[in-house]
Amino acid sequence: MRRYFLIAIPYVWLLALFLVPFVIVLKISLSDAAIARPPYFPQFDWAEGIRAFFAELDFENFIFLTEDDLYWKAYLSSLKIALISTFLTLLVGYPMAYGMARTPEEWRPTLMMLVILPFWTSFLIRVYAWMGILSNEGFLNQFLLWTGIISEPLTILNTNSAVYIGIVYTYLPFMILPVYSALERLDGSLIEAAEDLGCSRLSAFWLVTIPLSKNGIIAGSFLVFIPVLGEFVIPSLLGGSNTLMIGKVLWEEFFSNRDWPVASAVAVILLLLLVIPIVLFQRNQQKQQEAEQ
Amino acid sequence: MKRLSWFNAVSLTLGFAFLYIPMVILVIFSFNESKLVTVWAGFSTKWYGELMQNEAFLNAAWVTIKVAVFSSTIATVLGTIAAYVLVRGGRFMGRTLFSGMIYAPLVMPEVITGLSLLLLFIGIGLDRGVFTIVLAHTTFAMCYVSVVVSSRLVTFDRSLEEAALDLGCSASEAFRLVTLPIIAPAVISGWLLAFTLSLDDLVIASFTSGPSATTLPIKIFSAVRLGVSPEINALSTIMIAIVTVGVITASLVTKRQVAKQKREEMEAVRN
Repeated sequence: MRRYFLIAIPYVWLLALFLVPFVIVLKISLSDAAIARPPYFPQFDWAEGIRAFFAELDFENFIFLTEDDLYWKAYLSSLKIALISTFLTLLVGYPMAYGMARTPEEWRPTLMMLVILPFWTSFLIRVYAWMGILSNEGFLNQFLLWTGIISEPLTILNTNSAVYIGIVYTYLPFMILPVYSALERLDGSLIEAAEDLGCSRLSAFWLVTIPLSKNGIIAGSFLVFIPVLGEFVIPSLLGGSNTLMIGKVLWEEFFSNRDWPVASAVAVILLLLLVIPIVLFQRNQQKQQEAEQ
Repeated sequence: MKRLSWFNAVSLTLGFAFLYIPMVILVIFSFNESKLVTVWAGFSTKWYGELMQNEAFLNAAWVTIKVAVFSSTIATVLGTIAAYVLVRGGRFMGRTLFSGMIYAPLVMPEVITGLSLLLLFIGIGLDRGVFTIVLAHTTFAMCYVSVVVSSRLVTFDRSLEEAALDLGCSASEAFRLVTLPIIAPAVISGWLLAFTLSLDDLVIASFTSGPSATTLPIKIFSAVRLGVSPEINALSTIMIAIVTVGVITASLVTKRQVAKQKREEMEAVRN
Protein backbone atom coordinates (compact mmCIF):
# COMPACT_ATOMS: atom_id res chain seq x y z
CA MET A 1 0.00 0.00 0.00
CA ARG A 2 2.76 2.42 1.04
CA ARG A 3 4.70 1.42 -2.02
CA TYR A 4 1.89 2.38 -4.35
CA PHE A 5 1.49 5.69 -2.61
CA LEU A 6 5.19 6.36 -3.16
CA ILE A 7 4.95 5.48 -6.82
CA ALA A 8 1.81 7.55 -7.24
CA ILE A 9 3.32 10.89 -6.19
CA PRO A 10 5.81 11.42 -9.05
CA TYR A 11 3.63 9.42 -11.41
CA VAL A 12 0.56 11.59 -11.00
CA TRP A 13 2.68 14.75 -11.14
CA LEU A 14 4.17 13.75 -14.49
CA LEU A 15 0.84 12.60 -15.87
CA ALA A 16 -0.78 15.90 -14.97
CA LEU A 17 2.05 18.21 -15.97
CA PHE A 18 3.72 16.36 -18.79
CA LEU A 19 1.38 13.96 -20.52
CA VAL A 20 -1.91 15.83 -20.21
CA PRO A 21 -0.42 19.09 -21.55
CA PHE A 22 0.77 17.11 -24.50
CA VAL A 23 -2.63 15.70 -25.24
CA ILE A 24 -3.95 19.26 -25.07
CA VAL A 25 -1.38 20.40 -27.65
CA LEU A 26 -2.41 17.54 -29.89
CA LYS A 27 -6.04 18.42 -29.49
CA ILE A 28 -5.57 22.12 -30.17
CA SER A 29 -3.47 21.33 -33.24
CA LEU A 30 -6.60 19.66 -34.62
CA SER A 31 -8.84 22.59 -33.72
CA ASP A 32 -9.57 25.76 -35.65
CA ALA A 33 -8.39 29.25 -34.79
CA ALA A 34 -11.18 31.47 -33.56
CA ILE A 35 -11.49 35.03 -32.38
CA ALA A 36 -12.39 34.15 -28.84
CA ARG A 37 -10.87 33.52 -25.45
CA PRO A 38 -9.08 31.13 -25.60
CA PRO A 39 -8.60 31.67 -29.34
CA TYR A 40 -9.52 28.28 -30.74
CA PHE A 41 -12.54 26.16 -31.48
CA PRO A 42 -14.08 23.72 -30.48
CA GLN A 43 -14.01 24.05 -26.71
CA PHE A 44 -14.71 20.87 -24.88
CA ASP A 45 -18.28 20.82 -23.73
CA TRP A 46 -19.71 17.92 -21.75
CA ALA A 47 -23.26 18.86 -22.68
CA GLU A 48 -22.71 18.28 -26.37
CA GLY A 49 -20.99 14.98 -25.81
CA ILE A 50 -17.70 13.52 -26.93
CA ARG A 51 -18.92 12.55 -30.37
CA ALA A 52 -19.84 16.07 -31.42
CA PHE A 53 -16.52 17.28 -30.06
CA PHE A 54 -14.47 14.84 -32.10
CA ALA A 55 -16.46 15.62 -35.21
CA GLU A 56 -15.17 19.18 -35.07
CA LEU A 57 -11.50 18.15 -35.09
CA ASP A 58 -9.64 17.96 -38.38
CA PHE A 59 -6.17 18.09 -39.93
CA GLU A 60 -6.68 21.52 -41.46
CA ASN A 61 -3.68 23.06 -39.66
CA PHE A 62 -1.36 20.33 -40.84
CA ILE A 63 -2.58 20.78 -44.40
CA PHE A 64 -1.95 24.50 -43.96
CA LEU A 65 1.61 23.75 -42.84
CA THR A 66 2.31 21.74 -45.98
CA GLU A 67 0.86 24.43 -48.21
CA ASP A 68 2.66 27.44 -46.79
CA ASP A 69 6.32 27.04 -47.72
CA LEU A 70 7.47 29.12 -44.72
CA TYR A 71 7.06 26.04 -42.54
CA TRP A 72 8.72 23.68 -44.95
CA LYS A 73 11.65 26.00 -45.23
CA ALA A 74 11.83 26.42 -41.47
CA TYR A 75 11.90 22.65 -40.87
CA LEU A 76 14.50 22.07 -43.55
CA SER A 77 16.65 24.96 -42.43
CA SER A 78 16.49 23.81 -38.78
CA LEU A 79 17.66 20.39 -39.91
CA LYS A 80 20.43 21.93 -42.00
CA ILE A 81 21.60 24.25 -39.23
CA ALA A 82 21.51 21.42 -36.68
CA LEU A 83 23.50 19.09 -38.95
CA ILE A 84 26.15 21.63 -39.91
CA SER A 85 26.58 22.92 -36.38
CA THR A 86 26.85 19.39 -34.98
CA PHE A 87 29.63 18.74 -37.46
CA LEU A 88 31.36 22.01 -36.58
CA THR A 89 31.08 21.26 -32.87
CA LEU A 90 32.69 17.87 -33.47
CA LEU A 91 35.45 19.56 -35.45
CA VAL A 92 36.23 21.93 -32.57
CA GLY A 93 35.45 19.52 -29.74
CA TYR A 94 37.34 16.42 -30.91
CA PRO A 95 40.84 17.94 -30.86
CA MET A 96 40.12 19.42 -27.44
CA ALA A 97 38.90 16.11 -26.03
CA TYR A 98 41.88 14.39 -27.63
CA GLY A 99 44.28 16.90 -26.13
CA MET A 100 42.66 16.51 -22.71
CA ALA A 101 42.99 12.75 -22.81
CA ARG A 102 46.70 13.12 -23.63
CA THR A 103 47.60 15.54 -20.83
CA PRO A 104 49.29 14.28 -17.65
CA GLU A 105 46.75 12.72 -15.34
CA GLU A 106 46.99 15.33 -12.61
CA TRP A 107 45.85 18.11 -14.99
CA ARG A 108 42.74 16.34 -16.14
CA PRO A 109 40.34 17.17 -13.29
CA THR A 110 41.16 20.87 -13.68
CA LEU A 111 40.69 20.79 -17.46
CA MET A 112 37.47 18.90 -16.94
CA MET A 113 36.23 21.58 -14.56
CA LEU A 114 37.18 24.26 -17.09
CA VAL A 115 35.02 22.51 -19.69
CA ILE A 116 32.06 22.13 -17.32
CA LEU A 117 32.22 25.61 -15.78
CA PRO A 118 30.67 27.43 -18.77
CA PHE A 119 27.86 24.89 -18.73
CA TRP A 120 26.83 26.10 -15.26
CA THR A 121 26.92 29.72 -16.40
CA SER A 122 23.74 31.15 -17.80
CA PHE A 123 23.07 30.11 -21.38
CA LEU A 124 21.58 33.52 -22.13
CA ILE A 125 24.71 35.30 -20.93
CA ARG A 126 26.96 33.11 -23.01
CA VAL A 127 24.94 33.90 -26.12
CA TYR A 128 24.82 37.57 -25.19
CA ALA A 129 28.62 37.67 -24.89
CA TRP A 130 28.86 37.02 -28.62
CA MET A 131 26.62 39.93 -29.53
CA GLY A 132 29.32 42.38 -28.48
CA ILE A 133 31.99 40.39 -30.29
CA LEU A 134 30.30 39.83 -33.62
CA SER A 135 28.56 43.17 -34.21
CA ASN A 136 29.83 45.53 -36.93
CA GLU A 137 31.82 47.61 -34.48
CA GLY A 138 32.45 44.57 -32.26
CA PHE A 139 35.74 43.16 -31.03
CA LEU A 140 36.23 40.67 -33.83
CA ASN A 141 35.91 43.36 -36.48
CA GLN A 142 38.09 45.75 -34.47
CA PHE A 143 40.73 43.07 -34.20
CA LEU A 144 40.61 42.08 -37.86
CA LEU A 145 40.73 45.72 -38.99
CA TRP A 146 43.65 46.37 -36.68
CA THR A 147 45.63 43.43 -38.06
CA GLY A 148 44.83 44.59 -41.57
CA ILE A 149 43.24 41.30 -42.67
CA ILE A 150 40.12 43.16 -43.71
CA SER A 151 39.56 46.78 -44.65
CA GLU A 152 35.79 46.86 -44.24
CA PRO A 153 33.96 45.48 -41.18
CA LEU A 154 32.35 42.11 -41.83
CA THR A 155 28.65 41.64 -41.19
CA ILE A 156 28.46 38.58 -38.97
CA LEU A 157 25.85 39.35 -36.32
CA ASN A 158 22.30 38.64 -37.54
CA THR A 159 23.46 36.09 -40.11
CA ASN A 160 23.56 32.31 -40.06
CA SER A 161 27.32 32.37 -39.40
CA ALA A 162 26.67 34.02 -36.05
CA VAL A 163 24.13 31.29 -35.28
CA TYR A 164 26.74 28.61 -36.03
CA ILE A 165 29.31 30.31 -33.83
CA GLY A 166 26.79 30.63 -31.01
CA ILE A 167 25.73 26.99 -31.23
CA VAL A 168 29.29 25.64 -31.33
CA TYR A 169 30.18 27.83 -28.37
CA THR A 170 27.26 26.92 -26.13
CA TYR A 171 27.05 23.21 -26.99
CA LEU A 172 30.79 22.46 -26.99
CA PRO A 173 30.81 20.83 -23.50
CA PHE A 174 28.13 18.34 -24.64
CA MET A 175 30.48 17.18 -27.39
CA ILE A 176 33.74 17.25 -25.44
CA LEU A 177 32.60 15.22 -22.42
CA PRO A 178 31.42 12.00 -24.15
CA VAL A 179 34.29 12.07 -26.66
CA TYR A 180 36.78 12.65 -23.85
CA SER A 181 35.45 9.78 -21.78
CA ALA A 182 35.75 7.47 -24.81
CA LEU A 183 39.30 8.64 -25.56
CA GLU A 184 40.42 8.45 -21.95
CA ARG A 185 39.58 4.76 -21.78
CA LEU A 186 41.43 4.08 -25.01
CA ASP A 187 44.42 1.80 -24.50
CA GLY A 188 47.54 3.63 -25.72
CA SER A 189 49.34 0.40 -26.50
CA LEU A 190 46.91 -0.25 -29.35
CA ILE A 191 48.17 2.84 -31.15
CA GLU A 192 51.77 1.89 -30.44
CA ALA A 193 51.07 -1.55 -31.85
CA ALA A 194 49.59 -0.02 -35.00
CA GLU A 195 52.63 2.20 -35.39
CA ASP A 196 55.01 -0.71 -34.80
CA LEU A 197 53.20 -2.63 -37.49
CA GLY A 198 53.95 0.12 -39.97
CA CYS A 199 51.07 2.55 -39.71
CA SER A 200 51.94 6.21 -40.02
CA ARG A 201 50.74 8.34 -37.10
CA LEU A 202 47.95 9.75 -39.18
CA SER A 203 46.70 6.41 -40.41
CA ALA A 204 46.97 4.96 -36.88
CA PHE A 205 44.76 7.83 -35.73
CA TRP A 206 42.34 7.22 -38.58
CA LEU A 207 42.27 3.43 -38.29
CA VAL A 208 42.50 2.95 -34.51
CA THR A 209 41.69 6.06 -32.51
CA ILE A 210 38.65 7.24 -34.48
CA PRO A 211 36.89 3.84 -34.61
CA LEU A 212 37.54 3.26 -30.90
CA SER A 213 36.07 6.64 -29.98
CA LYS A 214 33.09 6.13 -32.28
CA ASN A 215 30.61 5.76 -29.43
CA GLY A 216 31.71 9.01 -27.87
CA ILE A 217 31.40 10.78 -31.22
CA ILE A 218 27.90 9.40 -31.79
CA ALA A 219 26.71 10.25 -28.27
CA GLY A 220 28.16 13.76 -28.45
CA SER A 221 26.63 14.39 -31.88
CA PHE A 222 23.16 13.43 -30.71
CA LEU A 223 23.54 15.50 -27.54
CA VAL A 224 24.20 18.52 -29.76
CA PHE A 225 21.86 17.75 -32.66
CA ILE A 226 18.69 17.02 -30.66
CA PRO A 227 18.49 20.24 -28.61
CA VAL A 228 19.75 22.44 -31.47
CA LEU A 229 16.84 21.34 -33.65
CA GLY A 230 14.37 23.11 -31.37
CA GLU A 231 16.69 25.96 -30.38
CA PHE A 232 15.11 29.36 -29.85
CA VAL A 233 17.47 31.71 -27.97
CA ILE A 234 20.45 31.52 -30.32
CA PRO A 235 18.63 32.17 -33.61
CA SER A 236 16.58 34.96 -32.09
CA LEU A 237 19.57 36.81 -30.59
CA LEU A 238 22.37 36.08 -33.06
CA GLY A 239 20.43 35.23 -36.20
CA GLY A 240 18.82 37.65 -38.59
CA SER A 241 15.37 37.97 -40.05
CA ASN A 242 16.25 35.35 -42.67
CA THR A 243 17.46 32.79 -40.13
CA LEU A 244 14.63 30.30 -40.13
CA MET A 245 14.46 27.87 -37.27
CA ILE A 246 11.39 26.03 -36.18
CA GLY A 247 11.68 26.99 -32.51
CA LYS A 248 11.61 30.65 -33.50
CA VAL A 249 8.68 30.12 -35.87
CA LEU A 250 6.68 28.42 -33.12
CA TRP A 251 7.43 31.25 -30.69
CA GLU A 252 6.35 33.91 -33.19
CA GLU A 253 3.27 31.98 -34.26
CA PHE A 254 2.23 31.86 -30.63
CA PHE A 255 3.27 35.23 -29.22
CA SER A 256 3.02 37.49 -32.29
CA ASN A 257 0.34 35.92 -34.46
CA ARG A 258 -1.57 34.43 -31.55
CA ASP A 259 -2.50 31.49 -33.74
CA TRP A 260 -2.55 28.74 -31.14
CA PRO A 261 -3.76 25.90 -33.36
CA VAL A 262 -0.99 26.50 -35.92
CA ALA A 263 1.63 26.86 -33.15
CA SER A 264 0.45 23.53 -31.73
CA ALA A 265 0.62 21.87 -35.13
CA VAL A 266 4.18 23.19 -35.57
CA ALA A 267 5.02 21.68 -32.17
CA VAL A 268 3.56 18.29 -33.12
CA ILE A 269 5.61 18.15 -36.34
CA LEU A 270 8.78 19.23 -34.54
CA LEU A 271 8.23 16.39 -32.12
CA LEU A 272 7.77 13.88 -34.93
CA LEU A 273 11.01 15.15 -36.43
CA LEU A 274 12.78 14.49 -33.13
CA VAL A 275 11.52 10.95 -32.66
CA ILE A 276 14.01 9.41 -35.11
CA PRO A 277 17.22 10.89 -33.65
CA ILE A 278 16.00 10.24 -30.09
CA VAL A 279 15.28 6.58 -30.80
CA LEU A 280 18.65 6.19 -32.54
CA PHE A 281 20.38 7.85 -29.60
CA GLN A 282 18.64 5.58 -27.07
CA ARG A 283 19.64 2.54 -29.08
CA ASN A 284 23.25 3.65 -29.24
CA GLN A 285 23.34 4.22 -25.48
CA GLN A 286 21.83 0.82 -24.81
CA LYS A 287 24.29 -0.93 -27.10
CA GLN A 288 27.14 0.80 -25.32
CA GLN A 289 25.84 -0.23 -21.92
CA GLU A 290 25.50 -3.83 -23.01
CA ALA A 291 29.02 -3.78 -24.44
CA GLU A 292 30.36 -2.55 -21.13
CA GLN A 293 28.75 -5.29 -19.09
CA MET B 1 54.67 10.65 -18.76
CA LYS B 2 55.60 12.02 -22.15
CA ARG B 3 55.26 15.69 -22.84
CA LEU B 4 52.24 17.15 -24.52
CA SER B 5 52.76 17.21 -28.28
CA TRP B 6 52.63 20.65 -29.88
CA PHE B 7 49.45 19.74 -31.72
CA ASN B 8 47.60 18.90 -28.50
CA ALA B 9 48.99 21.96 -26.75
CA VAL B 10 47.79 24.22 -29.57
CA SER B 11 44.33 22.67 -29.79
CA LEU B 12 43.83 22.90 -26.03
CA THR B 13 45.03 26.50 -25.90
CA LEU B 14 42.84 27.58 -28.80
CA GLY B 15 39.88 25.62 -27.49
CA PHE B 16 39.98 27.07 -24.01
CA ALA B 17 40.63 30.53 -25.42
CA PHE B 18 37.47 30.13 -27.49
CA LEU B 19 35.53 29.06 -24.39
CA TYR B 20 36.78 31.81 -22.10
CA ILE B 21 37.68 34.92 -24.12
CA PRO B 22 34.04 35.94 -24.74
CA MET B 23 33.33 35.84 -21.01
CA VAL B 24 36.55 37.67 -20.15
CA ILE B 25 35.63 40.45 -22.60
CA LEU B 26 32.15 40.61 -21.10
CA VAL B 27 33.56 40.99 -17.59
CA ILE B 28 36.19 43.58 -18.57
CA PHE B 29 33.66 45.78 -20.34
CA SER B 30 31.29 45.74 -17.40
CA PHE B 31 33.86 48.09 -15.78
CA ASN B 32 33.85 50.42 -18.76
CA GLU B 33 33.14 54.10 -18.20
CA SER B 34 31.46 54.58 -21.58
CA LYS B 35 27.94 53.60 -22.48
CA LEU B 36 29.31 52.12 -25.70
CA VAL B 37 30.11 48.54 -24.88
CA THR B 38 32.81 48.12 -27.49
CA VAL B 39 34.94 51.22 -26.83
CA TRP B 40 37.08 51.40 -23.71
CA ALA B 41 36.86 54.76 -21.92
CA GLY B 42 38.39 54.11 -18.53
CA PHE B 43 37.64 52.10 -15.41
CA SER B 44 34.41 52.64 -13.56
CA THR B 45 31.99 50.70 -11.41
CA LYS B 46 29.07 52.99 -12.16
CA TRP B 47 27.08 50.33 -14.03
CA TYR B 48 27.02 48.21 -10.90
CA GLY B 49 25.68 51.21 -9.01
CA GLU B 50 22.97 51.74 -11.60
CA LEU B 51 22.10 48.09 -11.52
CA MET B 52 21.59 48.25 -7.76
CA GLN B 53 19.18 51.11 -8.30
CA ASN B 54 17.22 49.38 -11.04
CA GLU B 55 14.03 48.27 -9.28
CA ALA B 56 12.83 46.18 -12.22
CA PHE B 57 15.99 44.08 -12.28
CA LEU B 58 16.06 43.65 -8.52
CA ASN B 59 12.42 42.54 -8.47
CA ALA B 60 13.05 40.10 -11.30
CA ALA B 61 16.10 38.73 -9.49
CA TRP B 62 14.02 38.18 -6.36
CA VAL B 63 11.29 36.37 -8.31
CA THR B 64 13.91 34.21 -10.04
CA ILE B 65 15.53 33.18 -6.77
CA LYS B 66 12.17 32.40 -5.19
CA VAL B 67 11.14 30.26 -8.16
CA ALA B 68 14.51 28.49 -8.20
CA VAL B 69 14.49 27.66 -4.48
CA PHE B 70 10.94 26.33 -4.46
CA SER B 71 11.08 24.43 -7.74
CA SER B 72 14.48 22.84 -7.13
CA THR B 73 13.51 21.72 -3.64
CA ILE B 74 10.21 20.15 -4.73
CA ALA B 75 11.95 18.69 -7.78
CA THR B 76 14.63 17.11 -5.60
CA VAL B 77 12.04 15.39 -3.42
CA LEU B 78 9.96 14.19 -6.37
CA GLY B 79 12.99 13.27 -8.46
CA THR B 80 14.56 11.25 -5.66
CA ILE B 81 11.32 9.36 -5.09
CA ALA B 82 11.03 8.75 -8.83
CA ALA B 83 14.60 7.46 -9.02
CA TYR B 84 14.07 5.21 -6.02
CA VAL B 85 10.86 3.82 -7.48
CA LEU B 86 12.50 3.21 -10.86
CA VAL B 87 15.60 1.50 -9.51
CA ARG B 88 14.20 -0.30 -6.47
CA GLY B 89 10.47 -0.41 -7.10
CA GLY B 90 10.42 -3.62 -9.09
CA ARG B 91 7.63 -4.10 -11.56
CA PHE B 92 4.43 -2.13 -11.41
CA MET B 93 1.73 -1.24 -13.83
CA GLY B 94 2.72 1.46 -16.28
CA ARG B 95 6.42 1.35 -15.42
CA THR B 96 7.43 1.83 -19.07
CA LEU B 97 5.23 4.90 -19.35
CA PHE B 98 6.70 6.21 -16.13
CA SER B 99 10.30 5.85 -17.21
CA GLY B 100 9.36 7.32 -20.57
CA MET B 101 7.92 10.36 -18.84
CA ILE B 102 11.13 10.72 -16.82
CA TYR B 103 13.38 10.67 -19.87
CA ALA B 104 11.23 12.52 -22.40
CA PRO B 105 11.46 15.98 -20.81
CA LEU B 106 15.25 15.78 -21.02
CA VAL B 107 15.15 15.79 -24.81
CA MET B 108 11.98 17.80 -25.27
CA PRO B 109 12.54 21.18 -26.96
CA GLU B 110 11.81 23.92 -24.44
CA VAL B 111 9.39 25.65 -26.78
CA ILE B 112 7.17 22.56 -26.78
CA THR B 113 7.31 22.05 -23.01
CA GLY B 114 6.51 25.72 -22.48
CA LEU B 115 3.67 25.79 -24.99
CA SER B 116 2.04 22.64 -23.67
CA LEU B 117 2.18 23.77 -20.04
CA LEU B 118 0.76 27.16 -20.93
CA LEU B 119 -2.14 25.54 -22.77
CA LEU B 120 -2.78 23.37 -19.71
CA PHE B 121 -2.74 26.34 -17.32
CA ILE B 122 -5.15 28.25 -19.54
CA GLY B 123 -7.29 25.17 -19.96
CA ILE B 124 -7.82 24.76 -16.23
CA GLY B 125 -8.06 28.50 -15.65
CA LEU B 126 -4.96 28.88 -13.48
CA ASP B 127 -3.69 32.45 -13.22
CA ARG B 128 -0.13 32.67 -14.47
CA GLY B 129 2.51 33.90 -12.06
CA VAL B 130 5.20 32.63 -9.70
CA PHE B 131 3.15 29.55 -8.89
CA THR B 132 2.82 28.38 -12.50
CA ILE B 133 6.53 28.94 -13.19
CA VAL B 134 7.35 26.85 -10.10
CA LEU B 135 5.08 24.06 -11.37
CA ALA B 136 6.71 24.16 -14.81
CA HIS B 137 10.28 24.23 -13.53
CA THR B 138 9.62 21.47 -11.01
CA THR B 139 8.30 19.24 -13.76
CA PHE B 140 11.36 19.33 -15.99
CA ALA B 141 13.89 19.65 -13.16
CA MET B 142 12.61 16.55 -11.33
CA CYS B 143 13.55 14.50 -14.38
CA TYR B 144 17.14 15.73 -14.26
CA VAL B 145 17.29 15.05 -10.51
CA SER B 146 15.90 11.59 -11.04
CA VAL B 147 18.52 10.75 -13.68
CA VAL B 148 21.37 11.96 -11.44
CA VAL B 149 20.07 10.11 -8.37
CA SER B 150 19.24 6.88 -10.17
CA SER B 151 22.73 6.66 -11.64
CA ARG B 152 24.01 6.67 -8.04
CA LEU B 153 21.38 4.18 -6.87
CA VAL B 154 22.29 1.74 -9.64
CA THR B 155 25.92 1.57 -8.56
CA PHE B 156 25.42 1.17 -4.85
CA ASP B 157 25.48 -2.11 -3.07
CA ARG B 158 21.98 -3.29 -2.35
CA SER B 159 23.08 -5.68 0.37
CA LEU B 160 23.63 -2.71 2.69
CA GLU B 161 19.91 -1.98 2.61
CA GLU B 162 19.11 -5.64 3.02
CA ALA B 163 21.40 -5.88 6.02
CA ALA B 164 19.60 -2.95 7.65
CA LEU B 165 16.25 -4.64 7.02
CA ASP B 166 17.54 -7.92 8.45
CA LEU B 167 18.77 -6.12 11.54
CA GLY B 168 15.26 -4.91 12.24
CA CYS B 169 14.98 -1.58 10.44
CA SER B 170 11.63 -0.75 8.89
CA ALA B 171 11.72 0.10 5.20
CA SER B 172 11.53 3.81 5.88
CA GLU B 173 14.25 3.61 8.54
CA ALA B 174 16.48 1.70 6.15
CA PHE B 175 15.93 4.43 3.57
CA ARG B 176 16.57 7.24 6.03
CA LEU B 177 19.55 5.73 7.84
CA VAL B 178 21.31 3.80 5.10
CA THR B 179 20.20 4.73 1.60
CA LEU B 180 19.82 8.47 1.97
CA PRO B 181 23.27 9.15 3.50
CA ILE B 182 24.89 7.14 0.72
CA ILE B 183 23.05 8.84 -2.13
CA ALA B 184 23.23 12.27 -0.45
CA PRO B 185 25.98 13.64 -2.74
CA ALA B 186 23.89 12.73 -5.79
CA VAL B 187 20.79 14.29 -4.24
CA ILE B 188 22.72 17.49 -3.52
CA SER B 189 24.14 17.69 -7.02
CA GLY B 190 20.64 17.02 -8.34
CA TRP B 191 19.37 19.97 -6.32
CA LEU B 192 22.17 22.18 -7.60
CA LEU B 193 21.44 21.15 -11.17
CA ALA B 194 17.73 21.83 -10.72
CA PHE B 195 18.52 25.20 -9.14
CA THR B 196 20.78 26.32 -11.99
CA LEU B 197 18.39 25.07 -14.65
CA SER B 198 15.63 27.09 -13.06
CA LEU B 199 17.78 30.23 -12.73
CA ASP B 200 18.78 29.90 -16.33
CA ASP B 201 15.51 29.13 -18.02
CA LEU B 202 14.10 31.69 -20.40
CA VAL B 203 11.81 29.83 -22.77
CA ILE B 204 9.61 27.85 -20.38
CA ALA B 205 9.39 30.79 -17.98
CA SER B 206 8.29 33.10 -20.80
CA PHE B 207 5.43 30.79 -21.68
CA THR B 208 4.29 30.11 -18.13
CA SER B 209 4.75 33.52 -16.48
CA GLY B 210 2.15 36.20 -16.34
CA PRO B 211 2.43 39.97 -16.15
CA SER B 212 2.73 39.74 -12.36
CA ALA B 213 5.93 37.69 -12.43
CA THR B 214 8.95 38.47 -14.57
CA THR B 215 12.08 36.43 -14.05
CA LEU B 216 15.61 37.69 -14.61
CA PRO B 217 16.20 35.78 -17.85
CA ILE B 218 12.98 37.22 -19.30
CA LYS B 219 14.12 40.70 -18.28
CA ILE B 220 17.61 40.17 -19.69
CA PHE B 221 16.24 38.77 -22.92
CA SER B 222 13.97 41.71 -23.57
CA ALA B 223 16.78 44.17 -22.76
CA VAL B 224 19.32 42.29 -24.87
CA ARG B 225 17.05 42.19 -27.90
CA LEU B 226 17.55 45.93 -28.19
CA GLY B 227 21.34 45.48 -28.22
CA VAL B 228 24.28 45.25 -25.84
CA SER B 229 24.31 47.44 -22.74
CA PRO B 230 26.91 47.87 -19.99
CA GLU B 231 24.31 47.29 -17.32
CA ILE B 232 23.64 43.80 -18.65
CA ASN B 233 27.41 43.24 -18.70
CA ALA B 234 27.55 44.16 -15.01
CA LEU B 235 24.67 41.82 -14.22
CA SER B 236 26.31 39.02 -16.22
CA THR B 237 29.58 39.56 -14.37
CA ILE B 238 27.85 39.16 -11.02
CA MET B 239 26.18 35.96 -12.19
CA ILE B 240 29.42 34.56 -13.64
CA ALA B 241 31.23 35.36 -10.36
CA ILE B 242 28.60 33.56 -8.28
CA VAL B 243 28.71 30.46 -10.49
CA THR B 244 32.52 30.38 -10.56
CA VAL B 245 32.80 30.62 -6.79
CA GLY B 246 30.07 27.98 -6.41
CA VAL B 247 31.60 25.48 -8.81
CA ILE B 248 35.12 25.86 -7.44
CA THR B 249 33.90 25.48 -3.84
CA ALA B 250 31.87 22.42 -4.76
CA SER B 251 34.82 20.78 -6.48
CA LEU B 252 37.14 21.52 -3.56
CA VAL B 253 34.62 20.05 -1.12
CA THR B 254 34.21 16.87 -3.14
CA LYS B 255 37.98 16.60 -3.52
CA ARG B 256 38.42 16.80 0.24
CA GLN B 257 35.63 14.29 0.81
CA VAL B 258 37.17 11.82 -1.61
CA ALA B 259 40.53 12.22 0.13
CA LYS B 260 38.92 11.72 3.53
CA GLN B 261 37.10 8.62 2.36
CA LYS B 262 40.34 7.18 0.98
CA ARG B 263 42.14 7.88 4.24
CA GLU B 264 39.41 6.18 6.24
CA GLU B 265 39.47 3.17 3.96
CA MET B 266 43.25 2.92 4.34
CA GLU B 267 42.93 3.08 8.11
CA ALA B 268 40.22 0.45 8.11
CA VAL B 269 42.44 -1.84 6.06
CA ARG B 270 45.38 -1.27 8.41
CA ASN B 271 43.32 -2.06 11.48
